[in-house]
Amino acid sequence: MFKRLPLSDTTCNRDVTITFDDLTVTAREGETVAAALLAAGMRNCRTTPVSESPRAPYCMMGVCFECLMEVDGVPNVQACQMLVREGMQVRSQQGARRLVHDHA
Amino acid sequence: MTSYDFAVIGGGLVGSAIAYGLARAGHQVCVLDEGDVAYRASRGNFGLVWVQGKGQEIPLYSEWSMSSASLWAGLTDELYDLTGIRTQHQAPGGVHLCYSADELSSRQSALESLSRATQGRFDFDMLDHDQLRQLIPEIGESVVGASWSRLDGHANPLYLLRALHAGIQHHGGTYKSCGPVRRIRPEAGSFIVDCERQQVHAARVVLAAGLGNRDLAPQVGLSAPLAPNRGEILVTERMKPLLNLPTTYLRQTGEGSILMGDSHEDVGFDDGTETHVLSHIAQRAVRALPALANTRVVRAWGALRVMTPDGYPLYEASETYPGAFVACCHSGVTLAAAHVKRLAPWIAGDTPPAEISPFTAERFHVQTATPV
Amino acid sequence: MITHDLVILGSGPAGMAAAMTAAQHGLSPIVIDEQPAPGGQVYRAIETTPVNDRRVLGQDYWSGETLAKGLHHQNIDYQPNTSVWQLTRQRDIGLLHHEAASMIRARRVILATGAMERPFPIPGWTLPGVMTAGSAQILLKSSGVVPNAPAVMAGSGPLLFLLAAQYLRAGVPIAALLDTTPRGRYRKALPYLPAAVRNIPTLTKGLGLLQELRRAGVRHIKYVSALRAEGDNQLERIRWQTDGQDTWESLETSTLLLHQGVVPNTQITRALHCEHDWNEQQLAWHPRLDEWLMTDVEGIAVAGDGGGIVGAQAAAIQGQLAGLGAAIALGKVKSDEGNRQAAQLRQKLARETSIRPFLDVMYQPALQWRLPSDDTLVCRCEEVTAGEIRRIARMGCRGPNQTKSFSRCGMGPCQGRMCGLTVSELLADANQQSVEATGYYRLRPPFKPITLGQLARAAEDNQ
Repeated sequence: MFKRLPLSDTTCNRDVTITFDDLTVTAREGETVAAALLAAGMRNCRTTPVSESPRAPYCMMGVCFECLMEVDGVPNVQACQMLVREGMQVRSQQGARRLVHDHA
Repeated sequence: MTSYDFAVIGGGLVGSAIAYGLARAGHQVCVLDEGDVAYRASRGNFGLVWVQGKGQEIPLYSEWSMSSASLWAGLTDELYDLTGIRTQHQAPGGVHLCYSADELSSRQSALESLSRATQGRFDFDMLDHDQLRQLIPEIGESVVGASWSRLDGHANPLYLLRALHAGIQHHGGTYKSCGPVRRIRPEAGSFIVDCERQQVHAARVVLAAGLGNRDLAPQVGLSAPLAPNRGEILVTERMKPLLNLPTTYLRQTGEGSILMGDSHEDVGFDDGTETHVLSHIAQRAVRALPALANTRVVRAWGALRVMTPDGYPLYEASETYPGAFVACCHSGVTLAAAHVKRLAPWIAGDTPPAEISPFTAERFHVQTATPV
Repeated sequence: MITHDLVILGSGPAGMAAAMTAAQHGLSPIVIDEQPAPGGQVYRAIETTPVNDRRVLGQDYWSGETLAKGLHHQNIDYQPNTSVWQLTRQRDIGLLHHEAASMIRARRVILATGAMERPFPIPGWTLPGVMTAGSAQILLKSSGVVPNAPAVMAGSGPLLFLLAAQYLRAGVPIAALLDTTPRGRYRKALPYLPAAVRNIPTLTKGLGLLQELRRAGVRHIKYVSALRAEGDNQLERIRWQTDGQDTWESLETSTLLLHQGVVPNTQITRALHCEHDWNEQQLAWHPRLDEWLMTDVEGIAVAGDGGGIVGAQAAAIQGQLAGLGAAIALGKVKSDEGNRQAAQLRQKLARETSIRPFLDVMYQPALQWRLPSDDTLVCRCEEVTAGEIRRIARMGCRGPNQTKSFSRCGMGPCQGRMCGLTVSELLADANQQSVEATGYYRLRPPFKPITLGQLARAAEDNQ
């Protein structure tokens, strides 16, 4: 589990609010979805399509594809490569993606 | 030098099916396979077990395909019992999608004549858009209709290949990854096969080396006028079940990914991919199933089909060197069951299956020898 | 499709230096980077990091500032947040930016796609709570995010020790450092020390780090020979054995940070079918490069760690060399003047990389980390174990491509990035043949997943 260092904030990055499943998360502009959610205490971001075992971000640089999440309705987005945006809706994924009628 | 009843040159689907058929009948078989990187149609295969529309020029090919399709379920069970590997074979019927009324009606007349030529053994139905939607709820508006045949299905060609390899070994067969075969030397009624790394002696030899047969066949008094024809395939991320039955260029695999593509490119021995071809395959797929537009392609590949001048298979026994056979086709998945259960017994000495009689190389000689 | 003179992929030290050099010689390079900001991984978030106490990340990190500033040169077209899904041997480049696909063409391409951490498969490495040390460092640099309870760090190599030191400087406690550097490595690396002395600063910094950890009293467990991450659906504890001991020791922790060195990211050079050689010292594949860092594909060079691990300083020099090479090829620098400058760069490069053989031998991962136990997952995507790979080898499989088709190993979204090295080494070992003869996955585009809709439109733009 992770936390933010108590840093005197000299950067001008503002806070943005995103949601993770049913939680509201405060993130910092310019950071990735994966970093913001780990800082907010996320443990798992998905279960695998093969065995439904839980996974979390692993490499944070776009090579391992473990951090796949649903961002604003688009499944299998690499959360470590996607920057947070105000109002972004992020969801964890269960198994293989469902193509149609996801949130009917 | 070890001696075998049969040396099968080629460890792809054709060679492995024949070798498995021979091994299960108690023959000592050695499969000689090329290296890890080779022109391997069997690894790039689409995975259809398909009957619909095949054999318009030579109806016996339709009969041969139907025979194999009917033997497929049995082969799958047999391989699973023996090796624990599932081929994922399913035969829910398959559809060929049509995008205009003209296309639909010419499809219908082609299939009707095929049905007549097979005395109705090949049967099919035509579906309009609404009937098709019953089968595939996500079908695109621009698809006018489809032809449907209960005889069609699909399987995982990679697991089939693995199961055949395991089955060959289970029956005491030998698999050697020995590099390309350099030469076959007929010697005193038997054969010595020189590979890159070793020599093998066998009473009989089966050439199932795909495009490699072209150079090997003349060494045993046969001819194999083959040319490569490239197909490119795209595969998406895994998804929950979406497409319940295969189409001619879209199918959902047992793992949940969608496989697409049926390009036919005359590009010589280049098994790469080209952006405009991949893009065209994507366009067609999205047209068929618009919901696919936001799914991700995770892999793409090109593979070379093994094509004779007329596209039909080649099965022939050498008259000059009895004991040498050639077998090649570009439907190694569909025909796998027939190769195991009907072709292998012929190679082992039984009478040949009636359906394969048209498929010697003689048909090409006639064409080239008598200019009009 | 627009044709550009020079396109550089990656904006780490090599990419930034290549762009700067090219721009100084009058070229207008395009720099494509998947990351949101310049710096690559080594200088990640160099312009935006909230970790403003410069002592924490250290002087080496901040040395990247100059390079990042250089990227603002008016002739450089820097395009962040852009991934490359396709690069052909004709240098057609497929780009993805904010979900839109496009194609450009380049007369010259410099691949500066850097390194990735060597896959470090141990039982339980897929459990949430297990990450790489590199990823933890990215969290620190980019967001000032650190473990909220003492983490266990395991493995070997400079990056692991650097991260430990950075945590200590930031006041973040470490539960234990499980050091897998095998016994006797100093002795084995000793013959390479005299050469390494040509690069005193790097050598001194390395020793300084270890001293820093010792002074801080970090629990440093040496000669760790076996590791298991355990827990029910998430990491709960780590167990380990040390060399020569039969007993397993154990520690409760919610965070395990793994590291076993870095290796070139050869995904693109592989897909281009460049020649690659197995480097026995670095135990990794290197694309074959000439003295101008050109691959055997016309017009395509590799600068930085993507061509073999050289470190950030040397990567920047290689970037300069590749940028200079492009400028000569594109007629911006006369070749004798270019050759003169190149000779100087090569001299600097030799001095900078003189420490490599020492480091390579010192931190070469022991066999058990590269040939994991049968129950260890090798392919994280398709969940294929080392035991399955060995079983397939026993069926007669000699190479990774047949293995891939039989087991799905390497077919998942990461396209073999996380299992490729391990599979080649496992098959080589099982078949008693060299890794070179065993080979590697045959890779093809897309390098990054692209949607069917994007791909369908790619050809239209291409007309």
